[in-house]
Amino acid sequence: MAEQPVLEFSNVNVRFEQTWALRDVSLKLNPGETRIILGEAGSGKSTLLKTAIGLVTVDNGAVQLFGEQVANRKETDLFKIRSRAGFVFQEGGLFDSVSVGENVEYPLLNRQISEGKSGDETEETEKRVRDSLRFVELEHTYDKFPSEISGGMRRRVGIARAIVTEPPLVLYDSPTAGLDPITANTIMALIAKERDVRNSASLIVTHRYQDGEIMDNFYYDAPQEELIHVSERAEADAKRNRTRFIVMKEGQIVFFGTRHELEASDDPYVKRFIRHEE
Amino acid sequence: MLGFLKDLVASFQDFLFLAGRAYANVFRRPHYYGDVALQMDIIGVGSLSIVLLVGAFSGAIIALQMARALSTYGASSQVGTIVSLTLVRELGPVLTAIIVAGRNASGIASELGSMKVTEQIDAMRALGTDPVQKLVTPRLIATAIMLPCLTVVADAVGAVGAYLVSVPLLQIITPSQYWNTFWRALVLNDLAQGLGKPFVFGMIISLVGCYYGLQTTGGTQGVGRATTQAVVVSSIWIFVVTFFFDKIFVNLT
Repeated sequence: MAEQPVLEFSNVNVRFEQTWALRDVSLKLNPGETRIILGEAGSGKSTLLKTAIGLVTVDNGAVQLFGEQVANRKETDLFKIRSRAGFVFQEGGLFDSVSVGENVEYPLLNRQISEGKSGDETEETEKRVRDSLRFVELEHTYDKFPSEISGGMRRRVGIARAIVTEPPLVLYDSPTAGLDPITANTIMALIAKERDVRNSASLIVTHRYQDGEIMDNFYYDAPQEELIHVSERAEADAKRNRTRFIVMKEGQIVFFGTRHELEASDDPYVKRFIRHEE
Repeated sequence: MLGFLKDLVASFQDFLFLAGRAYANVFRRPHYYGDVALQMDIIGVGSLSIVLLVGAFSGAIIALQMARALSTYGASSQVGTIVSLTLVRELGPVLTAIIVAGRNASGIASELGSMKVTEQIDAMRALGTDPVQKLVTPRLIATAIMLPCLTVVADAVGAVGAYLVSVPLLQIITPSQYWNTFWRALVLNDLAQGLGKPFVFGMIISLVGCYYGLQTTGGTQGVGRATTQAVVVSSIWIFVVTFFFDKIFVNLT
């Protein structure tokens, strides 16, 4: 039996006043798969991510998240479905009035509160928060406030917050935008690690082709605790096969395929996104 | 012109939707009691010092003005009555509401506005929390409870302020006369006005502040605009509502 997709778009159209932000978008994401979404500014990349968890009103079409319809459902019905997915915002989207630890703890306490339990911190929640912060190598920032850490660290805390509930799907909105190449690569390494350690599905919006290359070319090896190039590990090729690239233009998907297919594309628009920066 | 009117009606409709959801959430789980307590502290305890000062001085000012006006008619002994009625019915609730609007409608709008422009509201929705439940309803409850309390405090210190002017300073009346006339002037209707109005004002201040905060667009400039609009609009609503409240209650006596 085919596994149920974690996310499925069927002919989705989204319009903001007179502009179509998404036009006839269809895509499917199975557990453990990765999709890299490239496209110029305003091509509908971020709208696609927000539509996936029902943050945007859909004009027509269907969006299924974990098998449940999210397009145009009542906001109050969506909170429970949304809390099962992880979402990393462009600037981290951290709550600036509470500490890093409390930010990462938020999804756990929120889940407790929505189940009718008390929203108090317990040893268990603190341990999970520390584990999640350790995953992004920022355990020492537990008591700091978001304003006291750097932009790159805030993104990493954003990742820690998104994955603390161990969601089967994580959506990343331009996780490397505006960061220097070294920090950007660190972030991408963490995203690959999250994918390979927990086998979660990832939908990554980015403007850097190298981000997709890292996801496609590298595999996180848990025993060695580092990223390994897939060519060095034959069994990792199966993992490699699960990364696909999507290129968007004016709200439409104009390319879907593997990295090799992307690099072989003759489309001048698509070719613009294939840059090899050293 | 038509476009402006359409925008006005549309924004009032959005405001009513937000208000409706905020009220519905009062009776719906989950309840964020911690946030309600925190907001009560910020709005209530935080505004206490300024309410004390303004309340005391407004009482003293009424006494000063009325002492002179009443002496023309040889009715200086009625100063307690006048202070009591103006303070409890009108000035106490309205002045306190205006202070809290200036202090907290702006605070709420700028806080929520900053959260909106830095994607924190979207993050909250993405994490599965209703921002209305988590941010608006606690502020609504806290302001609706704390504003009547602050008004009572303002009335009390206003009475003392007027006492200090009428009795020790101007010596136009004896202490027992003052307190007697002050107390006897009040009927149940005055109390209903004096506490009912701030209860409604509290809801207006918090909802208008939250509405403009959540509607913020356009970065830091947008936050500044939302803050100004929140104070201006809530202050206008306070006076409009006072008029209609008075129209109903004055006729009831």
